[in-house]
Amino acid sequence: MAEEMRIVLRNYGKIDPLNIDEYIAAGGYGALNKARGMSPMDLIGEVKASNLRGRGGAGFNCGMKWNFACQAPADQKYVICNADEGEPGTYKDRLIMEGDPQSLLEGMAICAYAIGATQGYIYCRGEYPSVVKTLNAAIAQAKEKGVLGDFSIEVRMGAGAYVCGEETALIESIEGKRGEPRIKPPFPPVIGLWYKPTIVNNVETFANIPAIVEKGAAWYAGIGTPTYPGTKIVTLTGDVVNKTFFEVTTDTTIQEVIFGFGGGISGGKAFKAVQIGGTSGAFIPAAHLDTPIGFDAMSSIGASLGSGAVFVLDESRDIVDVTARIARFFAHESCGKCAPCREGTMRMHDLMDKINAGQGQTADIALLNKLGRVMSYSCLCGLGQAAPAPVLTAIEHFSADYDAKLA
Amino acid sequence: MINVTIDGIKASVPDGSTILQAAKDVGISIPSLCYHPDQSVKANCRVCVCEVEGNRLLQAACSQPVYEGMVIKTRTPKVIEARKTILELILSHHPQDCLNCIRNENCELQSLAAEYFVRSNPFELKVRGLPKDLSTPSLFRDPDKCVLCRRCIEACTVVQTVNALGLEGRGSHAMVVPSLGLDLIDSPCIMCGQCIHACPVGAIGEVEDIDKLLAAIADPETIVVTQIAPAVRLALSEEIGMDTGALPMEVFVAGLKQIGFDHVLHTNFTADLTILEEGNELLKRLTSGGTLPMFTSCSPGWINFCETFYPDLLDNLSTCKSPQQMFGSLVKTYWADKMGIAPKNIFSVSIMPCVAKKYEAARPEMTASGYRDVDIVLTTREIGRLFRMSGLDFTKLPPQPFSPWMGEYTGAAVIFGATGGVMEAALRTVYEVVMEETLEDVNFTIARGFEGIKEAAVDLKGTVVKVAIAHGLSHARKLMDQVRAGESPYHFIEIMACPGGCVGGGGQPITKANFKRIERLDAIYIEDEAMPIRKSHENAEVKKIYEDFLHEPLGHKSHELLHTHYHAKHKRFL
Amino acid sequence: MNYQEILAQYADKPGGMIEAFHAIQEKLNYLPQEVIIEAARVFDKPVAQAFGVATFYSMFSTQPRGKYVIRICESAPCHVAGAAEVVAALEQELGISMGESTADGLFTLEFTECVGQCQATPVITINGAPYLDVTPARVAGIIMACK
Repeated sequence: MAEEMRIVLRNYGKIDPLNIDEYIAAGGYGALNKARGMSPMDLIGEVKASNLRGRGGAGFNCGMKWNFACQAPADQKYVICNADEGEPGTYKDRLIMEGDPQSLLEGMAICAYAIGATQGYIYCRGEYPSVVKTLNAAIAQAKEKGVLGDFSIEVRMGAGAYVCGEETALIESIEGKRGEPRIKPPFPPVIGLWYKPTIVNNVETFANIPAIVEKGAAWYAGIGTPTYPGTKIVTLTGDVVNKTFFEVTTDTTIQEVIFGFGGGISGGKAFKAVQIGGTSGAFIPAAHLDTPIGFDAMSSIGASLGSGAVFVLDESRDIVDVTARIARFFAHESCGKCAPCREGTMRMHDLMDKINAGQGQTADIALLNKLGRVMSYSCLCGLGQAAPAPVLTAIEHFSADYDAKLA
Repeated sequence: MINVTIDGIKASVPDGSTILQAAKDVGISIPSLCYHPDQSVKANCRVCVCEVEGNRLLQAACSQPVYEGMVIKTRTPKVIEARKTILELILSHHPQDCLNCIRNENCELQSLAAEYFVRSNPFELKVRGLPKDLSTPSLFRDPDKCVLCRRCIEACTVVQTVNALGLEGRGSHAMVVPSLGLDLIDSPCIMCGQCIHACPVGAIGEVEDIDKLLAAIADPETIVVTQIAPAVRLALSEEIGMDTGALPMEVFVAGLKQIGFDHVLHTNFTADLTILEEGNELLKRLTSGGTLPMFTSCSPGWINFCETFYPDLLDNLSTCKSPQQMFGSLVKTYWADKMGIAPKNIFSVSIMPCVAKKYEAARPEMTASGYRDVDIVLTTREIGRLFRMSGLDFTKLPPQPFSPWMGEYTGAAVIFGATGGVMEAALRTVYEVVMEETLEDVNFTIARGFEGIKEAAVDLKGTVVKVAIAHGLSHARKLMDQVRAGESPYHFIEIMACPGGCVGGGGQPITKANFKRIERLDAIYIEDEAMPIRKSHENAEVKKIYEDFLHEPLGHKSHELLHTHYHAKHKRFL
Repeated sequence: MNYQEILAQYADKPGGMIEAFHAIQEKLNYLPQEVIIEAARVFDKPVAQAFGVATFYSMFSTQPRGKYVIRICESAPCHVAGAAEVVAALEQELGISMGESTADGLFTLEFTECVGQCQATPVITINGAPYLDVTPARVAGIIMACK
């Protein structure tokens, strides 16, 4: 069976997260020192060459993003860590922040040096009050040690809005506004927080940075699948024996994740479906279990790696019921700014509830397909574009389950 | 320039163009709902989505800038399905009572539904059933009809800096609401009605008083008398299918007589009167150390704004009532007496480009005649409806004259309808009063135009009088903050609440874009130019009322009937 | 500390209204009208905008709530783990429905989306603190411990 490979969780469980000395003793802040010995362009080149792609879900090349912000002229720039981990079934960022907060701060400080920023924010979801305390303690220690230099980091707390995981909505929220996505372009590396160039990266992305700087781009680029190298933390939920987390290389297959690391389906039942990437992910049937979890491999089967959440359903599960529940999630979390998402998520929820209650018609399924299709390419932001995925893929792969529930 | 291909047409368009603008350049109109030519891009309705080669996602034409070599397709099956589905989604959450709606036949959503032949809707009709807000005498809100385009919010917050409107909640529960979710009357709303122009549908509209008029006309005992405000005629032309300004005044009078008005008089008469009262008030303040700068007081939205946001500056407001209210108190005193009509039998109607006038007429202090001075206020749009109902052909209607005593007016009164007009009219009179010589060129062009703040200095016998003009309350706010800080260099400031002045008033034909306001401004100056008399103090009927009744500007009678006082509005919800 | 003092502490924080609302809610469990009006003043924003912020985020409430705000996760992993049964048990134990507060002002029941403790579903939180692997049988004990 495949082994875990811990890069972002390298210190997890090994050091006292609230003791910066233990982090430093484990090699911490060596990468920041090394980075500061490089020119920002060389540093960005290294990150680019590592082919590290954003771990928040969109999978954009991290070094390229930094380069945009670096090139943008401005008197002030910002580094923001997206810790608004809202994808149901996901808690990997919490693990990093609880277990090794300094690695995140170090990653942010390296980014700040690369783009020329002196102010950073960690936007942590409001559901993690204890994590906020840990982060504040870690920042205080780093400040006391002087390891961050002139780079300051402030923690801001979300207040229960999944959409704030979208980077421009997150920026609006830090600005004290309703967390509604902005129109793009312009993108945050050019115009971001308070209209200044801003890098928004996920917790897991930042936590990779010190390791990449320390061990080099070539080392990292050689791990896992070449187009999306490195590791990914996966969090297993649902009907799986080991409801826990693993950090695995990106060439690991879904099969290995569920049946190797996950120990298979709980209760001795058979596998039915898995939803990967969080609640906006596609449902994947058994036929695709041999797909590696890497970004592009997942895309090729119409799925996405997303946040790395792995939600497993056994043969006894009613996928229509689960999907109806997911549709309600999006109706609840739509910000309401753009019409297709505001109205579409509400309709999708209504139609799913109708079918789940045994009152659906064949026409309702056709309507769901049309609605989902239109939403997926018409909505203003990723929330509305991704919201139909579970519904559409459940219909595609488990149409018999739907048919069985029609009136 | 940037080279793009739109629906197979190659074009070179200016840098920074959006797809929407580029398509317009090549003659392709892309449908939109939240787009407003004078506002920031919102891109929230997504009706304008287009296909861009190499992109899986459709792009909103209103927000997406073009780039070199971009290949755009504006009406592929994918695009049409998306637009139609989005329209179906919006329509299925919207009351289907177009027939009863105030915006029937003048609704952007209705037009889109027609253009995209939405015949049946696959989504179940689901109307929220929210209560209408009928708390003000000026405007109502019908939140069920709101399509969340947010144009009203921008009109209220950016154009007017009133901030009465905002959002509540999120997702499909999101709503546009007055501050704190209160009724409009408890919000900072100043009732200017600019949100009505911004609204693409019937979610905000004027409170209609047509039925009250028809009841008065039907009562044989009641003498229905009306006044017409300066900016109404030229815009009314638009409501009855004519070019701006094309309806001749006397034909307008004839139309009102046909509807059943007994006497048609003119607010312009009291506009001229206002100049004499306000001009003399200014001279008095200048010479006797009164509070300066003096602010004009004809715009009721502006009065509400000053009472709400600048209660510390109420002494700067001219005590002159607006021309509407001067007319109201005179029609039931002076005019009733001249005509031998019992004031109690007079039903005083004013026809206004304004919805705030409805609130102004209902103010408790506006009863100087011993009765409610102005019984009802009808907007230009309401008169347009009455005219359409009347079946009149205005190209064939013979003209009719105004009734006597309060129907004469000058070019100075005409320009009251334009931003800068009150200032220009005042200068024409003040100049001659102070200089005791004839003003040869009456055109103070410096006071004209659509610029937000205009300023001028006039030398009156060695005293340089500095004046400023603002329209749209965001501009007014800048001048007010200056006054509040004690840094205002001006002696006299004209403020009109609405962009363009009354030509862009909240009661005018639905005016989506400022270019329409500018067109109306032009029409006003053409009318002024054509007037035989262009100075208020040369109005013969005005001279007559001073001889017979008022005796002198700022005199005892004037004080009683033509001047007023203001009250700070103590609102916590600014 | 009264709400004015709490708000004043955040006055210099750019965009700090959301942080201030959190701090107020920790004391009052909801955001009364006066707080929204005062926050608008402190952060120099229109009241209409502050109200828009207060009503956007699901953790903020403009209605009074109980001393203990119990939130039940109903996202898919908790859903399949039996969140509905936990909801039923809580409603029965407290004699109120979801979205309501008990008459004694002690408890409020609310739904929440995922709280990120998915290794131990179903999950509830009480004033932000997570309770893991909650079963209907455990509900009475958890409520009792609050009292």
